[in-house]
Amino acid sequence: MTYEERLTEIAERNADVVVMTAENRAAIRNLPGRLGSRFIDVGIAEQTLVGAAAGMALRGRVPVAHALATFLTMRAFEFIRTDVGVARLPVKFVGALAGFLSEANGPTHQALEDLSLMRGIPGMNVCCPADEDEMNEALASVVDDDAPWYVRYNARQAAFRHRIAFVPGIAEVVTEGNDVALLTYGCLTRECYDAARRLADIGIAARLVNMRTLKPVDEAAILRAARDTSVVVTVEDHFAIGGLATIVAEVAAANDVAVRLHPIALPGRWFTPAPLADVLECEGFSGEQLARRVAAAFRARNESRGHVHV
Amino acid sequence: MTSDVRATLCSRAVRVRERIIRMAAGGGCFIGASLSCADLIVFLYASVLNVAPGTKTSKDRDYLFLSKGHDVPALYGTLAEFGFVEEKRLDHHLAPHDSIYWHPNRAVPGVEFHSGSLGHLPAVALGVALDIQMSGGSNRVFVIIGDGELNEGSVWEAALVAAARRLDNLVFIVDRNGFQANVRTEDLVPLEPIDAKFAAFGWATARIDGHDFVAMERSFAGLPIERGKPSVVVADTVRGKGLPSIEHRADRWFVALTSDEVTALIDELHGGAETVLASHARMVR
Repeated sequence: MTYEERLTEIAERNADVVVMTAENRAAIRNLPGRLGSRFIDVGIAEQTLVGAAAGMALRGRVPVAHALATFLTMRAFEFIRTDVGVARLPVKFVGALAGFLSEANGPTHQALEDLSLMRGIPGMNVCCPADEDEMNEALASVVDDDAPWYVRYNARQAAFRHRIAFVPGIAEVVTEGNDVALLTYGCLTRECYDAARRLADIGIAARLVNMRTLKPVDEAAILRAARDTSVVVTVEDHFAIGGLATIVAEVAAANDVAVRLHPIALPGRWFTPAPLADVLECEGFSGEQLARRVAAAFRARNESRGHVHV
Repeated sequence: MTSDVRATLCSRAVRVRERIIRMAAGGGCFIGASLSCADLIVFLYASVLNVAPGTKTSKDRDYLFLSKGHDVPALYGTLAEFGFVEEKRLDHHLAPHDSIYWHPNRAVPGVEFHSGSLGHLPAVALGVALDIQMSGGSNRVFVIIGDGELNEGSVWEAALVAAARRLDNLVFIVDRNGFQANVRTEDLVPLEPIDAKFAAFGWATARIDGHDFVAMERSFAGLPIERGKPSVVVADTVRGKGLPSIEHRADRWFVALTSDEVTALIDELHGGAETVLASHARMVR
């Protein structure tokens, strides 16, 4: 099932749902015909998209508003914060081409700070589905929830079958392991899954945790990873500031738990624009490269503790 | 308009202005911009808006949004006048235990939405108007916009979309008092011709004297100005209207008054001598 089919199902079940867009139709191309007047395209006007979605929500609608992640969360940031955030209206924002998914578009389109911005808004929730299956499953809970949500759109094909139901704030442990923990979300879950298998092949048991939602975040999963493994590696297509690495540090500090944190993220620069496979390769995020980076972090940790496992 | 109706409107407007002056005591308020749109807000609640304390959450009500949120004392004064809030509650202006402060909060009965950041409510009102259009409702959505607020690009973005959607249930009222925070609009970023700009964006326009109830009646009775188009009423007003010591003065945008000054200004409102204000205007923007 595609995102579009899932959204149609949800809209057909709930007459309050309206699908809005700032002329970003790639993922919802067939909805005008399916939803009629409940499909609203305001044109290339993200501020108006967000404000109008707030107005619709004031009337009892549940808007699912689409735009490219950069323009939605950054150009219209203050509208999201002020009109939707302050009033805690149940508007659902879907940001497309976030992180590495902007591929060859260049820095104008690289949303690498969208998650830090969205999670900073009181009452806003943040969902980063690992693949199309998870996004489709999450969509119903996101739409049914009374709170505002930001969803990082990700229609990549699933690398594995999800075994537990989507519940906001509950992470999915994809592979078990107590040597290292790999905490990730969104489109890189696929590469991390590949990396975890490669690590297993060289005798490193990696616990791969798919965070699913960054807000609410599964604090217990983070604390368990910190306690059970010798190094917690966060992998994200986001700036190192304000994303998952920051969240892990915040959670560990708040709970007085020591964590050996090794963040793999974008340092303070834009990534090389290219098709996705090349971006992953250039930036060191292919499954093979991730496995090497994680193994190096694991070995460095154990050498510093004076006993080498591998 | 009969002379009785006009007299009632005038006395309501005087009471609203008295409340605005009282709200400028202590911590102060944006008095100039509140006084400029007081007559418009009084007229809307008295004669235009289909909303009352008993129907303030009805889906069929007319909506009034204050996009220039700093004029909220004029709204509070009017909501007290028409029984949405208790008169005594206005004494809580700026009290930490209540929600009556320098910008609107919808915790106060009758306030449709919060504002303060300029250029937001045109889009929010557009969403409300769109939903009413989709649901086949006949209620209308009014938005009071400051003239300085027209500097914000988001106003024009929403104006384009409202025209595209043929939202003739949407009415912008521009409080054309000639000033933005600290300067005259035409000295900074000239706005005229405002009505022609909206007309070029596909809106039906009217221009009236924003202190003339007869002109308001004529203009608001004929809404929408044109079927299939959103309407804009550009209301020429005087910042600080009713108080010569405040009127037309760039430095009297925001004032914080002593209790003696409150008494003197209320006397001035009723035709007394011009007040010499000791309190200095505060630059808050």
